[in-house]
Amino acid sequence: MNDNMIDASTEQQDLKVKAECRNLNFHYGAFHALKSINLPVYEKKVTALIGPSGCGKSTLLRSFNRMHDLYPGNRYEGEIVMHPDDTNLLAKEVDPIEVRMRISMVFQKPNPFPKSVYENVAYSLRVRGMKSKSELDDRVEHALKGAALWGEVSNRLNDLGANLSGGQQQRLCIARALASDPEILLFDEPTSALDPIATASIEELVTELKDTVTILIVTHNMQQAARISDFTAYMYLGEMIEFGVTDQLFIKPQKKQTEDYITGRFG
Amino acid sequence: MSVTAPMPSLPVAAAKVSERLRKKASRHVAERVIELLLFGAALLSVFTTAAIVYVLVSESWVFFEHVPLKDFLFDTQWTPLFDDAHFGIMVLLSGTITSSAVALVVAIPLGTIIAIYLSEFAPFAVREVAKPFLELLGGVPTIIYGYFALVFLTPLLQKIYPDLPGFNLLSAGLVMGVMIIPYVASLSEDAMRAVPMSLREGSYAMGATRLQTALRVVMPAATSGIASAYILGISRAVGETMILAVAGGMQPNLTFNPAEPGATITSFIVQVALGDLPHGSIGYQTIFAAGLSLMLMTLFFNLLGYWLRKKYREVY
Repeated sequence: MNDNMIDASTEQQDLKVKAECRNLNFHYGAFHALKSINLPVYEKKVTALIGPSGCGKSTLLRSFNRMHDLYPGNRYEGEIVMHPDDTNLLAKEVDPIEVRMRISMVFQKPNPFPKSVYENVAYSLRVRGMKSKSELDDRVEHALKGAALWGEVSNRLNDLGANLSGGQQQRLCIARALASDPEILLFDEPTSALDPIATASIEELVTELKDTVTILIVTHNMQQAARISDFTAYMYLGEMIEFGVTDQLFIKPQKKQTEDYITGRFG
Repeated sequence: MSVTAPMPSLPVAAAKVSERLRKKASRHVAERVIELLLFGAALLSVFTTAAIVYVLVSESWVFFEHVPLKDFLFDTQWTPLFDDAHFGIMVLLSGTITSSAVALVVAIPLGTIIAIYLSEFAPFAVREVAKPFLELLGGVPTIIYGYFALVFLTPLLQKIYPDLPGFNLLSAGLVMGVMIIPYVASLSEDAMRAVPMSLREGSYAMGATRLQTALRVVMPAATSGIASAYILGISRAVGETMILAVAGGMQPNLTFNPAEPGATITSFIVQVALGDLPHGSIGYQTIFAAGLSLMLMTLFFNLLGYWLRKKYREVY
């Protein structure tokens, strides 16, 4: 990726790369879904992936936590390197479960487990073998506070997660993803199933969360990308067309294709 | 409101409208006929059930005119064909409970494990081959299972446990368990497959393993379906006849020890139905009382299943 795309003023902020795609290709069977992607993900910043439907942005996101390993016939080429330990997340010898321990995910549609609010959040800790009740209590409370949900659910921790409202369910899923203290949090169109008020609260939460965690978010909504992200990548037909600081990409895109998309002439 | 605007003239002539109405009327008649046919088919099954209940209750009524309900429920002997006749249903019930318990101890764990494997672990190709084979197991006639228990399993068990009688509830129950596995496994697997992929992805994304996902997310989400599968398994066990008639011994015996021979409600009914008891005798009448007890049991399990389904039904 071309470094001079990043403005000098932002470079002064001492940016650190948390993870980067190096010449990443991905195949769904015979379909070549990602083509030679190079992308840096900066630490404690929000990076948005935008582009029209089918451009590969969700595919790219799901490569970061190896979700494609769940289905047969998928193939990665190239690397996603995680810093500071320089682990290639896609390497054969790297266990996808280890990857998912470090990189958590929030889905498009809220998908709380058929368990209580408490157990939903404690899930990622329990699968890691945490048993101490007091430690679980602390972590669950901390995660729910982190997801701005504690005030609303602190007296109904034993209710089923599915009994919360849509926006609350999505924040529950964020709390669930935060509980294990991940290094990167992936969001796959987290507000597309929510009403505008719930959407606003999730967006606010995302901007708060970047103080503690690196965020990569896929969004359909360009205004959302402009509002909440620090960096934006525009993808089209499996290719990375342009990556840059969000403000610059939206105000003065380098590529004609990007400009056409963000001005609504296309897509 | 004033109607000043001219009515828009329709391009359809009046004659055409009446023509369409006539067509609709004939269609209406055809639909009525179909509706009546369907209603008749539905009525037939309701009528059959009602007729069975009527026969059971009215014949049992005759029985209970001779045998007090107290004796039926609490007597510890079942000797309806002896001169000193006793009618303690507990004796048959103990056989039914013992053999069903043995069967369920086999069928529920194995059926559940098979369902988890097929739904969560098996590669597509394995599942496509294994499931029809499994369901074939449920299609084997029960008389074959009965002789399998009698001439294969019992001698095998006698090598381990020489005191085991030739007819016993244990080998009948074990084989009955094998017979029930496909029902439990297949229905549980359907219930687990119906759990949306998004829940599994959520679990995997939290770093869970396949087994953790299966046990902690998929199974709880499929509780209602799995419970119905278990209830169906119980109903099959309680209602199973041939295996017990062949391998269980048909000796009324108040025992909860599977290593003894015993008669169940169903095997007693077979025994009496095969015999030459005069129609209308009290001995003949007992089969209706036994049948009614059996029907009440299965009705109870069906209601329990219905209640469990309602209580644990997940809205994804």
